[in-house]
Amino acid sequence: MTSAESPEVPVLVRQEWCKGCGICIAMCPKKVLEAAADGKVVLARPEDCIKCETCEIMCPDFAIRVVGGRSKEVARGREDVADARA
Amino acid sequence: MAVPIDDYLRTQFMPHIWCPGCGHGIILGAVLRAIGRLDLPKDEVCIVSGIGCASRAPGYLDFNTVHTTHGRALAFATGIKIARPDLHVIVLTGDGDAAAIGGNHLIHAARRNVGLTTVMFNNSIYGMTNGQYSPMTPRGRYASTAPYGNVERNFDMCELVRAAGGNYVARATTAHARQLSNYVENAIQTPGFAFVEAVTQCPTYFGRRNKMGTPVDMIEWFRKNSINAAAAAKLDPADLDGKIIIGEFYRGDAPEYTEVYDEVIERAKEAAAR
Repeated sequence: MTSAESPEVPVLVRQEWCKGCGICIAMCPKKVLEAAADGKVVLARPEDCIKCETCEIMCPDFAIRVVGGRSKEVARGREDVADARA
Repeated sequence: MAVPIDDYLRTQFMPHIWCPGCGHGIILGAVLRAIGRLDLPKDEVCIVSGIGCASRAPGYLDFNTVHTTHGRALAFATGIKIARPDLHVIVLTGDGDAAAIGGNHLIHAARRNVGLTTVMFNNSIYGMTNGQYSPMTPRGRYASTAPYGNVERNFDMCELVRAAGGNYVARATTAHARQLSNYVENAIQTPGFAFVEAVTQCPTYFGRRNKMGTPVDMIEWFRKNSINAAAAAKLDPADLDGKIIIGEFYRGDAPEYTEVYDEVIERAKEAAAR
């Protein structure tokens, strides 16, 4: 079902739901994710993950989950409106 | 997986039909996280939609769900709210559904101040029918029915709903997904009519017609061209041309429709008893 089931892995990807849009790859602040040959997302640098959950929040296909951390609190908003300034 | 958001999905119908990179899934995730934070029992939530790409959302959601006729989501939702005021009735609708064919229902739902939460997925185009311009397509933008650029101005739906009498009005984009989720949470908690406009990317039609690049490019465009309401208020209106103003625009406390209706029922009962 997922690319990895180990508790050591910070991010789980449901390959069958992923459409390879690349949003999670671009939004990840630590560049943890990369596209595989088929365009779908894979974990390239799991050790760099800071569990910010941006990939999970920005995935339009519900295909990516961050394990542990704050995800049990259903990703409370942390950004202020000020971040919208150009 | 024991992740709350999965409990809200009819996973047997996934993956959903939306195109790769379509922002509708980001908005839907923001709505589900808001419901999750409020910890609403699934049986006390009713999701209503009309017709269009955005209106496919309830099919994937494990709440009480109704997929209704084009533009009429708010009419059905009003009926549901009057029959069951205890339900959290959430309308997921698109810009074609809410601003065009359903525009009249929208202004009257806001005027009556029915206790509904409306999330309008604004991708500025009719995606399901191959990219015709909608009342939310900005002037000058291209669509299959506007090959030389759209002549018409687009609505400011937030101003329209506020003027019509809604109790909560906010706007965010898919580039501000966390903020958007907070607005939906506030909208659900608002007694009376609450409206959240979620600006989203349609990479397949709007993006391609307007040469906006990849879904990531479109999200970055939203981020660069959005300005929060407080900052926008200090600028010359001419500088805001083409910008997306985001933020919470209005919070009111006008009486909610079903509560007022209950008072009428009480008065009618008293009159009948005399």
